[in-house]
Amino acid sequence: MTARNARRKGVNIFMLGLCAACAFVTVSTLFVILGFLVYNGATSVNLNFFTKLPLPPGQDGGGMANAIVGSAQIVLVATLIGLPIGFFSGVYLAEYGGRTFAFIVRYVADLLNGIPSIVIGIFAWTVIVVPTHHFSALAGSLALSLMLIPITARSTEQFLLGVPRSMREGSLALGAKKWRTIASVIVPAARKGIMTGMILGVARISGEAAPLLFTSLNNQYWSTGLSEPTASLPVMIFLRATSAYDDWHRQAWAAGLVLLALVLLANIAARMVISRGTSLPR
Amino acid sequence: MLPTPFLNFNKGDKSMKKLVVLGLTVLPTFLATAAMGAETINGAGATFPNPIYQQWFGEFKMAHPDVSINYQSLGSGAGVRQLTEGTVDFGASDMVMTDDQLKAMADAKKPTPLHFPTVLGAVVLTYNIPGVTSDLNLTPEAIAGIYLGSVTKWNDPKIASANPGVSLPAKDIEVVHRSDGSGTSYIFTDYLSKVSPEWKMKVGVNASVSWPLGLGGKGNEGVTGLVKQTPDSIGYVELIYAVQQKMPYANVKNASGKFVKASFTSVTAAAAAAKEMPEDFRVSITNGMGAGVYPISSFTWLLIPSEIKDPAKKKSITDFLAWMLTTGQKDCEGLQYAQLPKAVVAKEQKQIALIK
Amino acid sequence: MATSTAAVTPGTTIASKRRFGGDEVAYLVTLIFAALILLVTLAIVWQLWLHSSPAREKFGFSFLISKLWNPVTDQFGAWPFIYGTILTSFLALLIAVPLGVGAAIFLSELARPTLSNTLTFLVELLAAVPSVIYGLLAIFTLIPLMRDYIDPGIQSVLGFLPFFSGHIYGVGYLTAGTVLAIMTFPFIISVSREALMAVPREQREAALALGATQWESTFNAVLPFAKLGIMGSVFLALARALGETMAVTMVIGNDPAIHASLFAPGYTIAAVIANEFTEATGNTYLSALVELGLVLFALTIIINGVAQLLIVLTTKKGSAKA
Repeated sequence: MTARNARRKGVNIFMLGLCAACAFVTVSTLFVILGFLVYNGATSVNLNFFTKLPLPPGQDGGGMANAIVGSAQIVLVATLIGLPIGFFSGVYLAEYGGRTFAFIVRYVADLLNGIPSIVIGIFAWTVIVVPTHHFSALAGSLALSLMLIPITARSTEQFLLGVPRSMREGSLALGAKKWRTIASVIVPAARKGIMTGMILGVARISGEAAPLLFTSLNNQYWSTGLSEPTASLPVMIFLRATSAYDDWHRQAWAAGLVLLALVLLANIAARMVISRGTSLPR
Repeated sequence: MLPTPFLNFNKGDKSMKKLVVLGLTVLPTFLATAAMGAETINGAGATFPNPIYQQWFGEFKMAHPDVSINYQSLGSGAGVRQLTEGTVDFGASDMVMTDDQLKAMADAKKPTPLHFPTVLGAVVLTYNIPGVTSDLNLTPEAIAGIYLGSVTKWNDPKIASANPGVSLPAKDIEVVHRSDGSGTSYIFTDYLSKVSPEWKMKVGVNASVSWPLGLGGKGNEGVTGLVKQTPDSIGYVELIYAVQQKMPYANVKNASGKFVKASFTSVTAAAAAAKEMPEDFRVSITNGMGAGVYPISSFTWLLIPSEIKDPAKKKSITDFLAWMLTTGQKDCEGLQYAQLPKAVVAKEQKQIALIK
Repeated sequence: MATSTAAVTPGTTIASKRRFGGDEVAYLVTLIFAALILLVTLAIVWQLWLHSSPAREKFGFSFLISKLWNPVTDQFGAWPFIYGTILTSFLALLIAVPLGVGAAIFLSELARPTLSNTLTFLVELLAAVPSVIYGLLAIFTLIPLMRDYIDPGIQSVLGFLPFFSGHIYGVGYLTAGTVLAIMTFPFIISVSREALMAVPREQREAALALGATQWESTFNAVLPFAKLGIMGSVFLALARALGETMAVTMVIGNDPAIHASLFAPGYTIAAVIANEFTEATGNTYLSALVELGLVLFALTIIINGVAQLLIVLTTKKGSAKA
C-alpha cells in the first residue's frame, strides 16, 4: 500500500470516527437531560408536590397542585379552540383546496408556525388582556391555540393526502357524496396519523411558557375562572428556577421532571403509533 | 384529544368511544373548577415586600376562605404599570408614584391611587466572597465606587481600609443589579444619589436606570440567586432575602458616621428619624441621621385605587387593609421588616375611609 | 342543511335538489376554517403594527441601529437586542452545524437502518423538550460548568482575542449560544439526514467504484448533492434559535448593551420582551417592546421562508435526479 493510500485510509477512519462521535454526543444529550432531571427531581416528586399549593417564600413544603390543574385547564381550552380549526383547515388543504388559495393557506400556516411564541403572547395580550383589563387563562389559551393550529393543520393534511386514491375513488364510485367520503372513509383511514399529529401538537403547547408570561400570568391559589390569572407548570418552573430558595429549586426540578415525562411519553407513544417514518413535523 | 363526530362512524371503534366518554366527563370537571364561586383579587408589584405579603395574604385567606388575594411579585415597575392599565385590582411599589404617573392615570380617567405604607424594610448589600465569612463594613464611597465601576477589586483600599483584619482577595468584583423596573433599585439609587454626587450626575435615581456595569437579575429573587451562585459577587437586595438564604450582608456607614447592620431595630430607627409624614404618604427616608439608623431603609406602599366599583372587592380590600394595619403588623419582626410607626397607622386608618 | 332555492322544475331529480346540502356545507366549513388561519396571521401583523406605533413614530428607522436602551429618558434602540439575537444564534449554529451534520452523516451513511432509525428517533425527541426545561438545566448545570471549567479553559488558550477576553460570569452570549445549539441539534440532524438519504445510490456507488474511501465518497460525491437540504436545515435551525425565549432568558445575563467578549452578558429580543413586558411603564416603552416583537417576527419570516425554499428545492432536485 502506498503512503498516500495509507493516509487516505487514515483520514477515512478518522473522519468517520469523528462523525460517529458527533452522533454519540448529540444523542447522548437527551440522556444527559433526563439523567439530571431524574437525579435532581425524583426525590422531590412527592405527594406534597401534587397536592399542596405554593407557600410563601422561605417556607418549605409547598407544592404545585394549582399549576398542574391550571396547565391542564389552559391546554384543554387551547385544544378546544385549536384542534377543530387545525383539523378542518387540514381537511380543506387536502381535499378541497384550489391551487393558489391552498398554496397561500399552506404558506401562511407555515409562517404562523414559525412565529416566535413570545410574539404570539404579545398578540394574545393585545387582543384579550388589554380590552378586558384582565390577565386570564383564556388569553393564555388563545396564545397556545394559535400555536396548535398550524401544527394540526399541516399534519392533518399530510396524513389525509397519504390515504390511497383507490379508497377515495371506491367510495365515490359507491355513490357517497364527497363530504361523506371524507368523513366516513378518508378521515378514519388516516385517523392514526391525524391523532398522532394532534397529540404531538398538544404535547408541544403544554410545555410552552413564553406565551403565558403576560397572558395567564400566574396565581398563588386555585384559579377561580377562565378569566382569572392561572398558574401553569412551565411558568412555575421558570419562576422557581430563577429564584433563590433551595426548596423552590427542588420544586422546579420536580416540575421539570413531571413535565418532561409527560411530554416525552406523549411523543414516544405518538411516534410509535405511526411506526414508520422519521419525518419531524416541521 | 378532541372527540370528532366523524370518527364515531366507525362502529367497531370502541377506543374512540371510550375517549369521547372520558373527554366528556373530564371536561366539565375542569371547567367546573374554573367556575367556582370564590373571588380572586389580583395584585402585582414589588418584590421587596413579597415574603411578608405572601404571608399576609395566606393568613388572610385562612380567615376569609372565599377571598384569594393573588399577588404576583413582578417588580414595582410592573405594579405601577398594571395598575395604570387596570389589569390588577391593586399595585405595590417601593417607589412612590411620580406626579407624571399620577397625572397619566388622571388623564386616563382612572381613579387616583392611594398610597398605603405597609412595612419598612432595608436594602442590604449581600455578597459572596469565598473565604470571607464575616460581615464587611462598607462606606458610601465604596458602594458608589463599586456600582460606578471605579472600585473594581475586592482588596481595593476603599473597602480594605474599613475592614482591617479581614483578608480580602485580589479578585474582580462581580456587580449584580436589577434587570427589571424595581422599587428596590429606586431605594438604592435614591441612597446613592444622596451620598455620591457623581452617581447622581451620571446615573440618577429611578426604578430602572442605565447601570454602568454588572449582571441583571430579575426581581429580588433573581439578584439573590445570582449572588448566591456567582463567586466574588455583590448585589443589593431586601434584608429578608439575604437572611433566608443565610448570605452575609454588609454593615453600612450611616450619615452619623457609624457602621450599622440592617435589622428590625435599625430600620425602625430610620423610620423614627423621618419626622414628617406627608398626607399622601409619599416620603423617602434614606440616609437619615441618627447613630442607630440603617441608611438604606424605606417604606413600601400598596397602591389602592380610590374608587373600587365592585362592592365585594371593595369590602375585601378594605378589610384586608384594616387587618394589615393591626394584626398583620405582628408578622413584621419575624421576617425582618420594621413595623409602621403608630402615628402612621392612625393616619392610614383614616385614609381607608377615602376609598369609595 | 340548506334547502334548494331553485324552483323545482319538472325533470329535476331529488339528488340534484339535495346537492346544495352536505358537500356545499362541508366545503364552506373547511374553507372558513382555512381562511381563519389567514385572518389570524394578518391580525397578528396588524396588532403588532398598531401597538408599536408610538415607538415607530418617535424613533423611525434609527430604532434599529440605536444602541441606547434607557427607560429613564425614554430612549429606546433595538441594536443591542438584534446584536444579541443574531450573535447567540450564530454561535449556536457554529456549534450545532458541524456536530449535527457529522451526526447526520453517521446516521445516513454508516449506521444500519434500524440503528439509524432508533437514534434519529431519540434525537428528534430532543425537539420535544420544552424550552423552560433547557433553561432549568442550563442554570444549574451548564452555567457552573462554563464558568468554572470551559470559559477559563478557552480564555487560557484564546484569551488574546477580544472575543474571549474580559470577565467570566457564567451567564452570557456563549452560554446562551451553547444552549441554543443543543436545542437546534434535532432540526439539523433530522433534515440533513433526510437530505443525505435522498441522494441517489448511484452517486455513492460510482465513487466507491472509482476507488474512493467511504469518507471520500461521502464528502465528494454525496454531500454536494445534499448541500441544499443541509442549508435548509441550517436556516430552519436558525429560525428556531432566533425566536427562542425561555432558555435564553435564563442564561443571557440581561444586559442591554453590546460587548465584544463572548463571555459577557447580553440580551436578545425575545429575552427582553419576556423580562420587561409586564413592567414597561409608559407608552413609548411598551410600544418599543412591541416593535422589537415586530422586528423579530420579520426576521423569522425571512429566515423561515428561505429555509422552506431550500428544502423544497432539495426534494425536487432529489426526485429529478432519480
